[in-house]
Amino acid sequence: MDLIIEGISTALRLLASCDSEVVAITLLSLKISCSATLVSLFIGLPAGTLLALADFPGRRFIISVVNTGMGLPPVVVGLFVTIFLWRNGPLGFLEILYTPLAMIMAQAVIATPIVTGITVASIQSLPANLKLQIMALGATRIQMVWILIREARLPLLAAVMAGFGGVISEVGASIMVGGNIKGQTRVLTTATVMETGKGNFDVAIALSLILLVLAFSVNYLLTVIQQRERPR
Amino acid sequence: MSFLLEVKNLHIRRGGVQVIEMPSFAIQAEEKVAIVGPNGAGKSSLLLGLACLIERVSGTINFEGVEVCSQNEMAYRRKIAVVFQDPLLFDTTVLDNVAEGLCIRGMRRSEARDVARDNLELFKIGHLSGRSAHKLSGGEAQRVSLARAFAVRPQLLLMDEPFSSLDLPTRIVLAEDLGRILHESGTAAIIATHDRIEAFHVVDRLVVMDRGAVVQQGSPKEVLEQPVNAFVAAFKRTTVAG
Repeated sequence: MDLIIEGISTALRLLASCDSEVVAITLLSLKISCSATLVSLFIGLPAGTLLALADFPGRRFIISVVNTGMGLPPVVVGLFVTIFLWRNGPLGFLEILYTPLAMIMAQAVIATPIVTGITVASIQSLPANLKLQIMALGATRIQMVWILIREARLPLLAAVMAGFGGVISEVGASIMVGGNIKGQTRVLTTATVMETGKGNFDVAIALSLILLVLAFSVNYLLTVIQQRERPR
Repeated sequence: MSFLLEVKNLHIRRGGVQVIEMPSFAIQAEEKVAIVGPNGAGKSSLLLGLACLIERVSGTINFEGVEVCSQNEMAYRRKIAVVFQDPLLFDTTVLDNVAEGLCIRGMRRSEARDVARDNLELFKIGHLSGRSAHKLSGGEAQRVSLARAFAVRPQLLLMDEPFSSLDLPTRIVLAEDLGRILHESGTAAIIATHDRIEAFHVVDRLVVMDRGAVVQQGSPKEVLEQPVNAFVAAFKRTTVAG
């Protein structure tokens, strides 16, 4: 118990002093996870909408694959992204392994099925005849898709929260493709693992607190938007 | 005679079953037609087929003498409006719901809102304009749905049992208002219903459907005096007072 209390007080002192290394790690974590979430939205929103609205052979199979992907173990993602980016791998020529770009790629792979799966569920939860009603109002196909996305905007914000929550907290993929290199690819989760391994619980607790506050702040912001959006 | 809408040899299948088999059907400009029939008669499928919202196996639809095909389907849909049984309102204010069809047609939102306000007044719901569409009573929601359909000034209004989920007093008042607005605006309308109240307040012609085909049509008086089947006979016995 003393260890925890001592750890927390040291952590608070560390945070209050705005340690430059801790700040850099925090900013890099935000940059990587926000970028990965944006990439996953860019891919997942259209893909999820297409899966929800289009009717083609194999659609159910693809939705099952996406739903399975929502629980992808980060270490498995890390392993395969590492293999792809390895010198002799299919994407080795990019030479981005152990860089923040590789971490964004791995985190995007984790978040995309989450965003896609929630998008499919959100669009499909709209009333079945809504699509017909929009078309009956004279909408083009693009207008129809846009209005459906607009109608599903509140559950879709949950997709953003789930996607961001999934990547800001993962450690397996980040450590495998980033390597936890000081000043380059060290993020909150990988640094926490390392400091815990070294027995520096105070630093580890400080980093954990920042991670918790960060995850809460982003989700709180999105929740405020989500609740304010609902008309009275 | 030139018709506003003319249908020939219309065949529609849904879920592998033939639901509409209609050799011919037509409606003139400003005419109001009620399609009545028991559940499963094909009323909703016919309306969806007429609005080109579901695929037809065969048959032609002519609107103002021009055949509706995949190339001009959207332009055709912008000349008509459809009101569903469920109001299907968007998750926004009442005013923006009514303005939506106009915005879809490229009108600026501010102008569309002005037109929408007029239509809300027409349906006696101007006071609801700022309210969330998802916080309305059934009758209010259906009035918004009708105002949204009217806002685009359709030449033909297709309504699929629009009052079926409403209580009797609300249904009577709404049917009276709708009948008045349809006649004042001169809008042609086809209303699918199994409610005598809707049929009598709104229409010039009654079309009786059963198993996807028209089995009888004529003025409401003609049809009710010589009921062709048990459904029409029962329809005749229904009193406006319920």
